[in-house]
Amino acid sequence: MNAPVVSEIVERNPGTTFDLGAVEAVRVNRSAVERRAATIPTRRTVKREWQAAWLLRALTCMDLTTLAGDDTPGTVRRLCAKARQPVRQEILAALDMAHAELHVAAVCVYHKLVPTAVEALAGSGIPVAAVSAGFPAGLNPFEQRLAEIKASVAAGAQEIDIVISRANVLQGDWRALYDEVQAFRASCGSAHLKTILATGELGTLRNVARASMVCMQAGADFIKTSTGKESVNATLPVSLVMVRAIRTFYEQTGYLVGFKPAGGIRTAKQSLDWLSLIKEELGDRWLHAQLFRFGASSLLADIERQLEHYATGHYASLAYQPLG
Amino acid sequence: MQIAEIFETMSYGPAPEAAKPALDWIAAHDRRFQLFINNDWRDPADGSWFTVTNPATGQELAQVAQGGAADVGAAVAAASAAAPGWRALPGHLRARHLYALARQIQKHARLLAVLETLDNGKPIRETRDLDIPLVARHFYYHAGWAQLMATTFPDYEPVGVIGQIIPWNFPLLMLAWKVAPALAMGNTVVLKPAEFTPLTALLFAELVAVVGLPPGVLNVVTGDGTTGALLVEHPDVDKIAFTGSTDVGRTIRRATAGTGKRLSLELGGKSPFIVFDDADLDSGVEGVVDAIWFNQGQVCCAGSRLLVQEGVAPLLHRKLRERMERLRIGDPLDKAIDIGAIVAPVQLERITTLVQQGVAEGATLWQPSWACPTEGYFFPPTLFTDVAPASSLAQVEIFGPVLASMTFRTPAEAVLLANNTRYGLAASVWSEDINLALDVAGAIKAGTIWINSTNLFDAAAGFGGYRESGFGREGGKEGLWDYLKPRATAPALVSVSNVNAQPSATNGHLPAALLGTVPIDRTAKLYIGGKQARPDSGYSRPIHDPQGHLLGEVGIGNRKDIRNAVEAARGAAPGWAKQSGHARAQILYYLAENLAVRATEFALRIAGQSGATEVDGQLEVEAALEALFTAAAWADKYDGAVHQTPFRTVTMAVHEPLGVLGIACPDAGPLLALIALAAPALAMGNTVVLIPSPQAPLTATDLYQVLETSDLPPGVLNIVTGDRDELSKVLAEHDDVDGLWYAGPRSGQAMVERASSGNMKRTWTLDDMSWQPPQTAEVLRAATQVKNIWVPFGA
Repeated sequence: MNAPVVSEIVERNPGTTFDLGAVEAVRVNRSAVERRAATIPTRRTVKREWQAAWLLRALTCMDLTTLAGDDTPGTVRRLCAKARQPVRQEILAALDMAHAELHVAAVCVYHKLVPTAVEALAGSGIPVAAVSAGFPAGLNPFEQRLAEIKASVAAGAQEIDIVISRANVLQGDWRALYDEVQAFRASCGSAHLKTILATGELGTLRNVARASMVCMQAGADFIKTSTGKESVNATLPVSLVMVRAIRTFYEQTGYLVGFKPAGGIRTAKQSLDWLSLIKEELGDRWLHAQLFRFGASSLLADIERQLEHYATGHYASLAYQPLG
Repeated sequence: MQIAEIFETMSYGPAPEAAKPALDWIAAHDRRFQLFINNDWRDPADGSWFTVTNPATGQELAQVAQGGAADVGAAVAAASAAAPGWRALPGHLRARHLYALARQIQKHARLLAVLETLDNGKPIRETRDLDIPLVARHFYYHAGWAQLMATTFPDYEPVGVIGQIIPWNFPLLMLAWKVAPALAMGNTVVLKPAEFTPLTALLFAELVAVVGLPPGVLNVVTGDGTTGALLVEHPDVDKIAFTGSTDVGRTIRRATAGTGKRLSLELGGKSPFIVFDDADLDSGVEGVVDAIWFNQGQVCCAGSRLLVQEGVAPLLHRKLRERMERLRIGDPLDKAIDIGAIVAPVQLERITTLVQQGVAEGATLWQPSWACPTEGYFFPPTLFTDVAPASSLAQVEIFGPVLASMTFRTPAEAVLLANNTRYGLAASVWSEDINLALDVAGAIKAGTIWINSTNLFDAAAGFGGYRESGFGREGGKEGLWDYLKPRATAPALVSVSNVNAQPSATNGHLPAALLGTVPIDRTAKLYIGGKQARPDSGYSRPIHDPQGHLLGEVGIGNRKDIRNAVEAARGAAPGWAKQSGHARAQILYYLAENLAVRATEFALRIAGQSGATEVDGQLEVEAALEALFTAAAWADKYDGAVHQTPFRTVTMAVHEPLGVLGIACPDAGPLLALIALAAPALAMGNTVVLIPSPQAPLTATDLYQVLETSDLPPGVLNIVTGDRDELSKVLAEHDDVDGLWYAGPRSGQAMVERASSGNMKRTWTLDDMSWQPPQTAEVLRAATQVKNIWVPFGA
């Protein structure tokens, strides 16, 4: 089977020149993709200690997120506290993992709350991610969007989640999409760029695959499914198409690009399905926070509950899991 | 293992499905299973038992009864006794029984799935998610047909007692494919499960008793091949339905030849999996996984020949190898296993031998780096590249997880390679270009074509082969015909009672005016490739009227003439099949037009040869004209169907011609028989080699001029006069003839059926005595084969 791979330093994808040929060479057969996606959860499963270990890994790949209009410094500080201590210590002890000092991968907030989060996470090693560039519609003036990215980076955000202009995809203007994402990347500087495709608004899986290729050519560190605000967010078929694009880009360029499904992943079981998808399609190398993130909020509580079930043997209540 | 370690490695762990409920069920039977006859469990008469093992461990599971002659006899007797009551039962009540079976299967789905995995070695994911749900689906679907039988098939009745012999690769699913339609159509069944895998059939028998199926309607006689042979040879069995190897199918074909037993065979395959350069290659790789590593490749329709367009072959092969590296082989009860155990050591040896042969023949072997379990019977997924079409890897059905890859340059070459096989069960075509995909789907000789998909099955779509993959269909409306026969009282094809024919003075002889002069000698030759050809033998024989007057001579055709005629028919076949139904109809109408002009001449000829009255001759000509019109009418109306399969796909059941068809005509009704058989065959797009009645061949030779004036393309209809049985034998043994209809004595029927076992061509035998044309619907079905094309779609 696959040899264990320890966490590695991933060289950032610098992007490539715009390659329309590689974009247009993409072929996606929806029915076949859906059939494969449907068997990801039925072909693979993990039980007992494997399930517990995998859930802990899922937790470490989580961008714990709050993107509500009524977010305040208070709620964000609460979330950051949860990010530092995502699982009750006695549960970790029961799993013999108390030593591991597990925490989530990042905390994801709007620009205005970046300073609060940076302060709350000081010393934890947990980066702050900011949604940016006119999130979630991406229709603000271009210069404003660039300025927003720079402002968030200046405020301490180490990761920037931008949303692409869907119109460029829907109109097939791949060059414009490339130029836009490349400009975002430049504005990020040393911060990592996650490009949100808003797949629920791209119409076809072929568009998803092509947009993925363009974003990676333009220098995305991650490609991400959704803002969480579209009516359809992360699904396994969409994710399969995107991770296959990542694999293709890796085969073509040698650069490893990360993947972030976001929106709609609420249960521990779902998180295991996504981990299986990544393991099967990209390999163990991608099963780390450097290359894989869940964009989620309520997922954490369900994972905690399942871990408690494993530790105690009885079903757990959400009321027992500290709020984030 | 420690959580901390797994957290680092992110490895998979064991995820076993519990075997205990199934093992408890076996233990509750004292690990010993009797025969199920007349809803009764009984020991085998001669006290023989055989051992059933779990191929994943090699451990014994149970002892199972070895059915002998007395047991098969008892089972057939029970089925015969149950037949009148079961067929008389209203369809609605049979539907209730089938519905109850479907429900029982669902209620015990997991027990059946686990038992199947224990017995067969296939992964629990497959039995749980594919086999057992499809089993239930087949009983539901056919419960519906039982309900609808009386209104949908008013002119048909059950065949009778059906002997069903099923294979070990899908034990319960093949049971369902056979038992459900048979029972739905009012037949009773004696089922012989595979020796390796009888257990789920025995559990099914318990469910049969639970739902209160009347005794004798379904009987299960376990045993090895000798038990199957006893069933095949039993005189009171009306039909044999067999799924298994082509070799055994051939033996069964010979054994049933001339017995009047009906036969449907679902045999082997070497199905192509074609990937064009505009395909979604990643999805294509998953397709390959489902095609050749599904059920360890022990699938009759496994996509075992990968045909890749040259430009993308290296990329596809690389993707494939990476995917193979991630396949998981092992305990089939593990829920996260892709590949389970090979069913038995003998099969493992066969696979191993063929793989070694492939290496010896120069193909490049690739297998994943990981190792197979050492306990049980396992074989790793295997990819061969650099495979030549002549290699045994490309020709022989391996029935294991072994893929042979070849490349092609153009669509035409892909089709050429795809059809370069003795089989014709299934094919998979991958391209994002619908024009290309449907074009190739039409050109491949196989019963099922999957576009951008593979191994999709459903009760609503027929499944079955072309060529040596057998004949008959299972599933869909097309699958029901194998369990139906026309009612004896069904109306005849033609109705000529209103023809106002008057006798002439000649009373069947040539007009006196003609006799009074010196007739011009006529030479009746053979009609091959649109030309009148002299017989190769150089011999002719005289044809007399019943009074002994010489009517003329016809050539004595021999095997070379048949060879030439088949070549002509083969050459004409693609063009004729491509003609529109409308175009074929026009030619048949034109034939009728030109025949009508010469109606009197043909009437006299009929009368002259048979001694019948001229009125009889006129009636027959009129009937032949009506038959031509009927065939022409059907030419553009014998529609296929779009099946209601539960996927997002258009599943098209297309009627295709068999190809080159031999027709040996009866003596009675020399013109009507010829037309009533040949015209529908032509209308459906077949090309024909026809042997006219030996007693009245001049009717056929007179027809040459009619054919020549009717725009019939050369080679579409060829006529060889001579000895019917001798020429039929040549046709039966000819590997490039796709079907053979024979009307003549029983001895000839037996000869034809036996001799046709070479390429397993479809045969249809008819009695000559008191010959009347079969129902047109029957002729049309015999003249066509159903191809199901699955076209999944989605933006």
